[in-house]
Amino acid sequence: MRNTTISLILIAALTALAVYIVLPVPHPEWLVRSDTTGKPTPLGLKLGLDLQGGTQVMLEADVPEGRELQPGAMDTAKNIVERRVNGLGVSEAVVQAQGDTRITAELPGVNNPDQAIETIRSTGQLEFVDPQGTPLRQGMIINTTNKPTAVQDYLASPGADPNLTPYGEQLFTTAMTGDVLRTAVSRQDQFGQWEIGFELTGEGSDKFFNYTSTHIGQPMAIVLDGVVLSAPVINAAIRDQGVITGQFTKEEAGSLAIQMRYGALPVPLKVVDVRSISATLGADSVRSSVVAGLIGMAAVFIFMVLMYRVPGLLADLALLIYVFFNLAIYKLIPVTLTLAGITGFLLSVGMAVDANILIFERLKEELRGGRSPRLAIEAGFSRAWPAIFDSNLTTLISCAVLYVFGNQFGASIVKGYALTLGLGVILSMFTAFFLTRTFMRTLLSSRTQRDKSAQTLVGY
Amino acid sequence: MYHIVEKRNIWFTISAILILPSLLFMIWSGITRGQILPLSIDYTGGTVWEVSFEQPVQPAAVRQVFVDAGYNDTTVFTVNNDSTVQIKFKPVDGDQKEALRQTLEAQFGPLVENTYRSLGPTIGREVSQAAVIAVAAASLLILLYIAWAFRSVPHPFRYGVAAIVALVHDVLVSLSFLAIMNLVAGWEIDALTLTALLTVIGYSVNDTVVIFDRLRENLHRYRNESFSVVANRSIIETATRSIGTQITVLLITVAILVLGGATLQQFVATMLVGFVSGMYSSIFNATQILAAWDERSIFYRSAKKTSSPSAAAPA
Repeated sequence: MRNTTISLILIAALTALAVYIVLPVPHPEWLVRSDTTGKPTPLGLKLGLDLQGGTQVMLEADVPEGRELQPGAMDTAKNIVERRVNGLGVSEAVVQAQGDTRITAELPGVNNPDQAIETIRSTGQLEFVDPQGTPLRQGMIINTTNKPTAVQDYLASPGADPNLTPYGEQLFTTAMTGDVLRTAVSRQDQFGQWEIGFELTGEGSDKFFNYTSTHIGQPMAIVLDGVVLSAPVINAAIRDQGVITGQFTKEEAGSLAIQMRYGALPVPLKVVDVRSISATLGADSVRSSVVAGLIGMAAVFIFMVLMYRVPGLLADLALLIYVFFNLAIYKLIPVTLTLAGITGFLLSVGMAVDANILIFERLKEELRGGRSPRLAIEAGFSRAWPAIFDSNLTTLISCAVLYVFGNQFGASIVKGYALTLGLGVILSMFTAFFLTRTFMRTLLSSRTQRDKSAQTLVGY
Repeated sequence: MYHIVEKRNIWFTISAILILPSLLFMIWSGITRGQILPLSIDYTGGTVWEVSFEQPVQPAAVRQVFVDAGYNDTTVFTVNNDSTVQIKFKPVDGDQKEALRQTLEAQFGPLVENTYRSLGPTIGREVSQAAVIAVAAASLLILLYIAWAFRSVPHPFRYGVAAIVALVHDVLVSLSFLAIMNLVAGWEIDALTLTALLTVIGYSVNDTVVIFDRLRENLHRYRNESFSVVANRSIIETATRSIGTQITVLLITVAILVLGGATLQQFVATMLVGFVSGMYSSIFNATQILAAWDERSIFYRSAKKTSSPSAAAPA
């Protein structure tokens, strides 16, 4: 009895917490991350590309025959793709490495995939820029004669940091473009300090010499896609080859050398998978799946009451709490909901009552066997457990296999489905065992002496 | 008293009839199309492009645009309404797509892109391989798990095999349905179909496990009864539960199928057929296979009937 009371209080507290998390009210940032970003979505849940519309692109390194992918090249490529995606002004874009040779970019709200892909794949322009006396530092974004709208483009993207554009509209002069370079490598000098050594092309060496010889003692900015990569000071006139020194770490030197060498992308990328879904279709999907979900759940609720009467009603109550628990978990993790993910969740609702049905049927049998309702409840729950566990485990096995399969291909549809269904199945065991049992105990605890009415209650 | 185990001849025959279309289709498709199953671009690579025009268009006329542009292997059909078409052709890049778009707009007026998917053949091949591995891994894990869960009964391996046979049955019945839908409506097996089939595998074995669980319990309790009788008793005792648990899932599945929109229809319909098949196979196939194994005969022999009296009185 005492235990039951404690359980009831615990359930009430957890439910209140879940409802608070799910409801679209302001939450502290540490509690719920998903409702602080992006466009408002139903209940503040994160929606996948198929629901909000957008484009997903998978790019693969197109390494020429007989050449190998440089170590770290994919990381650099990923960072560059990420920067360009942000430059597109897409909110909540996600760029991920997929295995060793692939990158996926998810671009919510982008309905013209072709243009987006062109921007992502374009060979960015490396430039050597005359800072004209301004102290340019790494990471700043500037307008150059070669790329006069870099600052505006950057500021148009969400999350842009105006501190990175201290020179605003000021136009810097491009002294040379990246085609003067033959190659660039990162290496250590005799003191173990990392530096970048570079060689110039025959044509480039004259240009480079003309510029450096007249600017000795001044800094020269190396700029990629409007972003200052480095601004070393010219120590001497450079003709055929030169060295950039600085307080570089191994990684910084490597990354800078790669970006100088390949202009922008360290490796050509080809598109191997594109999918795009219009926002209208996504919105239709959200609407119809919500309607289907509500009707389906209502049918399950009614079925349970018709079949099991008062215990059925208690199972429905547990199920309702279960729904809130699930949604709360989606917001806490956070889980990105896809159309298939919603299906997985709804199926898990259908499966969640399975455990209750197993228990109630067992309960009826125990009552028929002549046990008192209270004992019958305990026996019903404990005897139904092996069947519930065994049967849920097989569904979990399928989910795990699907999740691994989906993960391998960035197939977010399959992954989202496996995740919501799997989470639901795990949670359903908890609700059936903890919630329904506590409710049943509470219902029958005061009726031990009046078995007849108790039997009517449990629908025997 | 229902003789569900005794009448297994009937149930096995029904199952055979349900499975037949999928087997015939695979043989036919293997011979005429060179692949046994109608795989979508998820596995083969290719482009699927769904566009809506402002006025109705003829799929044949749209197809002609693609054929003229050199994409001979193009199929076009209308979806939802007369002015929306789905076009399937080989993988293209952005420039090629833009050219096709301009030709389409010049000929049929402005268009709206609903969905676009273009996938290279390499990825498709890798997905196919992973799909085969996924199905094999799921089946193996379930077999191992069942054998382990039933380690305390005689012949635990048989339970695993019986459950797997029931599971293969459900997959084949679902494939029969897909085969028919492929011929009627051009349905193809995509990544979601695989997801549906794996869900069916995981869930329908569920009901089989519930019955086996009861059988495990009853075999201990009724040691002097024959296996068939105990098996029959177990099925009947669990029938309400089996049907009850299936109905709730079916209610949800039907709701999504009817109201959930066109995108999910194929996925959910495949799952629905699989679930119903799973309900059937767990009640009418799985335990019967165990009984058949126990009696060393696929079909029930009437001679046995006398030796195992109808002692299975209602509980």
